[in-house]
Amino acid sequence: MTNLHTPWEPNAVDVASWEGLGRDLARGKYVLTSLWGGRGHVSMALLDPVSGKSSVAHLPVPDGTFPSIAKHYLPALRLERSITDMCGFTPVGCPDPRPWQDHGVWGVKAPLTDNKPHTDPPPPYTFLPVEGEGLHQIPVGPIHAGIIEPGHFRFTANGETVVRLEERLGYMHRGAEKLFEGQDISGGAKIAARLSGDSTVAYSLAYARAVEAAWSLDVPQRAHFLRALFAEIERIANHLGDIGAICNDAAFSVMLAHCGILREETLRLAFECFGHRLMMDRIVPGGVKVDLTRDSAEKILAWAQKTEKHFEILVDLYDNTASLRDRTDTTGTVSAELVTLYGAGGHVGRASGRQFDSRKNTPYPPYDRLDFEIPLRNTGDVNARVWIRICEIRQSLSLIRQILNHIPEGGIAFSLPESPPAETQEGAALVEAFRGDVFIWLRITDGKIERCHPRDPSWFQWPLLENAIKGNIVADFPLCNKSFNCSYAGQDL
Amino acid sequence: MTAKLLAQSLLSKPVTIPAPQPDEAALAELAKALNERSRAKLGRSLTIREVDAGSCNGCELEIHALNNAFYDLERFGIKFVASPKHADVLMVTGVVTKNMEFAVKRAYEVTPDPKWIVAVGDCAAGCGVFTENYAHLGGVASTIPVDLHIKGCPPQPIDLLKGLLALLETAAEGKRA
Ligand code: SF4
Repeated sequence: MTNLHTPWEPNAVDVASWEGLGRDLARGKYVLTSLWGGRGHVSMALLDPVSGKSSVAHLPVPDGTFPSIAKHYLPALRLERSITDMCGFTPVGCPDPRPWQDHGVWGVKAPLTDNKPHTDPPPPYTFLPVEGEGLHQIPVGPIHAGIIEPGHFRFTANGETVVRLEERLGYMHRGAEKLFEGQDISGGAKIAARLSGDSTVAYSLAYARAVEAAWSLDVPQRAHFLRALFAEIERIANHLGDIGAICNDAAFSVMLAHCGILREETLRLAFECFGHRLMMDRIVPGGVKVDLTRDSAEKILAWAQKTEKHFEILVDLYDNTASLRDRTDTTGTVSAELVTLYGAGGHVGRASGRQFDSRKNTPYPPYDRLDFEIPLRNTGDVNARVWIRICEIRQSLSLIRQILNHIPEGGIAFSLPESPPAETQEGAALVEAFRGDVFIWLRITDGKIERCHPRDPSWFQWPLLENAIKGNIVADFPLCNKSFNCSYAGQDL
Repeated sequence: MTAKLLAQSLLSKPVTIPAPQPDEAALAELAKALNERSRAKLGRSLTIREVDAGSCNGCELEIHALNNAFYDLERFGIKFVASPKHADVLMVTGVVTKNMEFAVKRAYEVTPDPKWIVAVGDCAAGCGVFTENYAHLGGVASTIPVDLHIKGCPPQPIDLLKGLLALLETAAEGKRA
């Protein structure tokens, strides 16, 4: 295999060094970016939080077993359970061998490797045992009360107080990783754009950058700026939606109504300027599909000004409404230790003091040329997660102005190689979605996707929600959950 | 602060868009569906239970938008409810994943008759990016009978609104019949 991408350099490792990496993770030497399997291998992407250096370790699994990483480092657990579901490999020493996405009804086992028929009736799923006096359980989902994605939450409560939450996910598993297999580059881009609809821009960007890394492709400077423009608009739209929804879950619907207007105006702007409200399929390997006209640039500036003005009134309202702050302050707290241990990205990490943003820590163009800070909070509660979003909206508005100021003239895409390399190439990329860092790793052989592994930021945030709700009342769950706003579709795949 | 904001809202022009014309194609599809079953005894009011059967969440975002001040769905007497037991309409998005099959079927069973099923988005219509594989059953019609498809990836709120208005007209006719 040729090594062409510098940031996520692939390394073949043996069992001993694989175990060593697990211990290094436990000591906090690296951040686990992802853990996945494919035909004949398990792989791990690691990031050095100090230097920003990154690499990918590949371990061959000739006998279908590999040393568990979760044994040393618990945040790897769900990804490891997923490897067993998808590839049929056994992580030796894994502390929790229960399936994760495989609910026993697919009709096959290990769809990414053996893909053997399997028609046994699904075994019952055992939730973790809870013992104690006066405890009762509340099962919620998969279908929830609102217009939201499905998942199952098993609450154990003592009166009103949550003692334990156990999540069971995987309901949205639609075989996305399998569908990538054999796709050409543009077919893969369509799937990548639909892994988690709210982050379609970020996923398309991660996919495009991974392909470009694999094939050592460059993209025009103007395309870099346009990509960032789409990404920042997407960030603003999502944060606006979240702030409104969080306040609404605290029974303060005025914020929802006003944030809803600002969000709608943002989506309409995206449609007018770029032809799609969510800007789906606008970023492609090689560049972008749609250019910015002078007229659009003016519209965007006018929108930014209007949004800023309206938004600052809402920020004041949020900050000065005691009944609202009463619900968000000290609710759903996550500690700095936990977000660091889990390498939790986005507002979940930054609200608990973890200073990580892939636009800064593993910079990619054009962010290396733009001026911005990573907002941080330390209280780790719902309020802090709201504030991170507030600061990021302000920051994204500033980034958008900088982008419009500095965007160079020129083409918006380079064409892909007419005869793609026949030998296998691999590439990976980490980009910042509104929710946190999205990672995509892929292998391409003869112009076709051999394997594509996307890792949503939610993988390292969902487990922390279980922790955040502990000791809070059941009625505050919607509020906590919304303040995280993890992705189901992006995690379930 | 609230007072200032409310005053501002009162003094400015409403952002709400005028009601669109019901979509012709959607109307035709619905009329057919209704002729095939007992006519409804509905007023000009519809309650919807939204079920995500395996979407990417993109369709949900646009369904959400129906509640914002621009589209203001409730002015048409259409609103989202928390339980299928309170619903006239199941609005289903996504391909039906095998992991969701039982939940979708159960939601369908507990929705009281007469009921309408609206499949939202290309995935739900079986013509989306998520083509056949081990993990899902295809569009919504693979699992429960569908009365109306609103296509798009995702459909824009205006298309959702047109489809729902068509549904409302047909349901109201059902009452008169
Ligand atoms: S139709 Fe498009 S937006 Fe809707 S769920 Fe499918 S991929 Fe997502």
